[in-house]
Amino acid sequence: MRFDGDPTWLDNPVITQGLPTALWETLAMTAGSALITAVLGVVVGVLLHNSSPGGVNPQPALHRVLGAVVNVGRSLPFLILMIAIIPITRFIAGTTVGWRAMIVPLTVGAVPFFARLVETSLREVSSGKVEAATMMGATRWDVTRKVLLPEALPGIVAGLTTTVIALIGYSAMAGAVGGGGLGATAMSYGYNRFQTDVMIAAVVLLVVVVQLVQVVGDRVARAVDHR
Amino acid sequence: MVEQSSAGTALAVRDLTKVFDARGTRVTALDAVSLTVPRGEIHGIVGRSGAGKSTLIRCLTGLESPTSGEVVVAGEDITALRGAELRAARRRFGVVYQHANLLDSRTAADNIALPLEVAGWDKADRDARVTELLDLVGLTDRAGNHPGQLSGGQQQRVGIARALAARPEILLCDEPTSALDAATTGSILALLRELRDRLGITVVIITHEPSVVREICDAVTLLGDGAVVEQGRLSEVIADPTTRLHRELIPLVEPATDGLVRLQVALGHPDSTVGSIDGIIALLRHEGIEADVAAATVETIAGRRVGRLLVELADATTTDRARDLLEQARLHPEVAA
Ligand SMILES: Nc1ncnc2c1ncn2[C@@H]1O[C@H](COP(=O)(O)OP(=O)(O)OP(=O)(O)O)[C@@H](O)[C@H]1O
Ligand SMILES: [Mg+2]
Repeated sequence: MRFDGDPTWLDNPVITQGLPTALWETLAMTAGSALITAVLGVVVGVLLHNSSPGGVNPQPALHRVLGAVVNVGRSLPFLILMIAIIPITRFIAGTTVGWRAMIVPLTVGAVPFFARLVETSLREVSSGKVEAATMMGATRWDVTRKVLLPEALPGIVAGLTTTVIALIGYSAMAGAVGGGGLGATAMSYGYNRFQTDVMIAAVVLLVVVVQLVQVVGDRVARAVDHR
Repeated sequence: MVEQSSAGTALAVRDLTKVFDARGTRVTALDAVSLTVPRGEIHGIVGRSGAGKSTLIRCLTGLESPTSGEVVVAGEDITALRGAELRAARRRFGVVYQHANLLDSRTAADNIALPLEVAGWDKADRDARVTELLDLVGLTDRAGNHPGQLSGGQQQRVGIARALAARPEILLCDEPTSALDAATTGSILALLRELRDRLGITVVIITHEPSVVREICDAVTLLGDGAVVEQGRLSEVIADPTTRLHRELIPLVEPATDGLVRLQVALGHPDSTVGSIDGIIALLRHEGIEADVAAATVETIAGRRVGRLLVELADATTTDRARDLLEQARLHPEVAA
């Protein structure tokens, strides 16, 4: 409960001491899951693309199975996914609370999303470039490493930016269910204890983080785009 | 047929057939195509859209496996190869595409280095070779530019340098100048000719532009519906007014019909008794037939002066006599509509 005499804004210890910690937790869980997602998403995206009918190594069965798994992952709302995989989270992280544990559901939720974005970027690489490399005697691995991934890099970076921003959103949700971070602070002080100043501060911080990610993502995408 | 002793043969295609069978509809894209290209020659392949030109190139490099037939490069039938052997055989070819197909993620120099990386050259050798090639195509000062910063002609030069990088024996060019303007086309063709002269490389060039064949080809194959329609040395097919290539390579701009009788004749056939425009008009006037030139195309191709000419008759009643006269002079006259 909140009383009229309670300190607010910069006199409120929740803002001066709680929020910095919460911000750090949000950044840590986003960065941790983004890093793993970046690696796994690229691997799954490449598998999806290369195994497709027009890919460098068509594997209809693998393509269908992988596509189905990715679609299931993408169709579950994050909140439900997070609860559904609690046993897996416990198995991997040893616990189901705190920002470290939240990296597991965040990654599981983001990989299918990012993998599809990677696949789309790879599909946009013109077949002429792949054909040119093939005619040079390139192996499928050469084509993937030297043609597909570098040519798709601007799209992959843009996709990763979108994914990281989605992860920040998921992390707030995760926080509300016991994962710490800005979401947890906004929930337990801003909402449950009616501390509007905490709510506003948490929202502003989230907006600033998202903006920063977008700006940096755009910069990097532009830097690697030579078209 | 272009025949040569097999020792000097860079590429021999024998009865190459490719049938596409897509859900019941069979398309014979290549129908028993044979051709022989001697080392150091420039061979043109022409034909309408859908004639099978691209399919031929794809079969030559094993990107498409032919239904039957052989592709013999350096004495080896490459249609039978798979895996690593096929990849090694592909390095005998350098391919130049219509839209250069350069990688946007790489600079001009790194694009040229790609086939060398794929072939496993070490860094020092690659760098030396790239420097040499940039010089060869005149782009030393653009080494660090990405394709997006180069003009279409410059991109095509990078494409040619890349195709040459791993020292292939045969350069395959699929419509290399179709996306370029006339002046740039000229400079690219000059470059290809120079490469042949300097490196002795064999060139197979696919094109729908008659000017490309006229300017650089030694021999030519006309494909139609997947089959060879005409084939031979350029100097021979061009001089034979009965061939389709003669007509396609020496286009004549025909004036709109206005009731006047016009006769079309061919110049430059070895059997002709008259070899010039003036000579033809004089021949007719000598017999009292009033005639004038309505349109003419005369070119020196493969060292031979050839052309087509539209002769306009002042009096329609002299048509038959004029045609007989021109026929006797072996100028292959035809009454034009
Ligand atoms: N993968 C394929 N499946 C089925 N039919 C094909 C396939 N590739 C080509 N064809 C058919 O083979 C024929 C020859 O095609 P090709 O692309 O070789 O023609 P082209 O001479 O290169 O034409 P263009 O000048 O338009 O490039 C066409 O009828 C085409 O529809
Ligand atoms: Mg074609």
